[in-house]
Amino acid sequence: MTSNVAIVLQNTEDARAIIDAIMADNPAASVSRYPAMVKIDCPGELVVNRDSVSSRIGREFDLQEMHLNLVNISGNIDEDDDRLVLSWHA
Amino acid sequence: MALEIQTSTLQQRRQTFAHIARRFGEDRPASRYEEATLDIQPMENFYYRPTWDPQHEIYDSSRTRVVMEDWYELSDPRQFYYSTYTINRSKMSDNVEKSLDFVDRRSMLAGIDPDWQDMVRFYLLPLRHAEWGANMNACNIADVGYGAAITQSAIYAAMDRLGIAQIIGRIGLAMGGPEALAAAKEVWMLSEHWQPLRRLIEDSLVIEDWFEQLVMQFLCADGLLLPLVYDAFDAQGDAHGASGLSMICEFMVDWKKDSARWTDAVLDKAIKESQQNKDMIAGWYAVWEPRVAVALAPLADQVLGAAGSDVLAGLRQNLAERAARLGIAPTAEVSA
Repeated sequence: MTSNVAIVLQNTEDARAIIDAIMADNPAASVSRYPAMVKIDCPGELVVNRDSVSSRIGREFDLQEMHLNLVNISGNIDEDDDRLVLSWHA
Repeated sequence: MALEIQTSTLQQRRQTFAHIARRFGEDRPASRYEEATLDIQPMENFYYRPTWDPQHEIYDSSRTRVVMEDWYELSDPRQFYYSTYTINRSKMSDNVEKSLDFVDRRSMLAGIDPDWQDMVRFYLLPLRHAEWGANMNACNIADVGYGAAITQSAIYAAMDRLGIAQIIGRIGLAMGGPEALAAAKEVWMLSEHWQPLRRLIEDSLVIEDWFEQLVMQFLCADGLLLPLVYDAFDAQGDAHGASGLSMICEFMVDWKKDSARWTDAVLDKAIKESQQNKDMIAGWYAVWEPRVAVALAPLADQVLGAAGSDVLAGLRQNLAERAARLGIAPTAEVSA
């Protein structure tokens, strides 16, 4: 059985584009909305693509900007300039 | 005393405004850009027709021959509404201020070869007036355009054009004070090399159809004039010690890319809407693009010498490729 990875973001204007991008790029992901934050769970692996976020936010997005809205993260991180991948290293 | 801490969730009754939810077909959170743009302009229940144009309602989609089922298709990919626009441009203008300081402290404009200083006074400073023309065109699009999606972006573009004119003005003041700007106006009004462009800009001010004006200004004129001046002329200046000028003009280089992104997105949506729109826009392109090229030829020759016509032909080729990507088929004249 694959366990879930998760990312939790604040419920802000910028985060909305990140959440939309994650949901578009990870069909298996499920989203739970809370009053001030949004938790996204995904079995196995979850990817955040810079290009997907940029096209939704209307400007060049630097993946490091995500930290301004990041509450929590669960999984091992593999990150470069273009994408951030969460997974569990077996 | 036992203290029990509980969280309780308050479910908000609406995620966005009712008119936005109707448009989406569901009540989901909308972005600030969407909330500040969609269906902002009144569409019905106009009482009096404007005295200055009794053929039309105050907001009237028939002021252009382009037809859109939904004018809010013409949205801005940069998602500029007041606050994102002002924040973005304030960052860009901070950079201009820093560059001006940097160049000023090192007297870099005075260090340009004297011959090229004269050349900069000739090719750059009169452009203030061309930018003012572009400002008027963008204002007119904001005035008579239809739908807040296009009019909002147009008035931002109008402010940008004033900003560019001001940057050119600052360069002029740094290169010879108010007299340099007065002399540049004389060049704009009287120099034979500038008259074709001045005539073109003045003709564009009185284009009846605002969408044609948009195609003329933001695709045809900007598509040739901006790369000619801020890429080709600027590169030529490097050989004459004008790198300081390049730093200040970086705003225009960035802006050109930013504006092209918006222009292309708007034209793309309008062209994909119908064959009729496509033919209309292609027709306007075929009229204005050659006129811009003819108007720029004397400037290109004057600044770049013998290479001028080749550089201009190259820029026309680039613009034709950009237009072809939008679906505007190359005309026989361009490919010849």
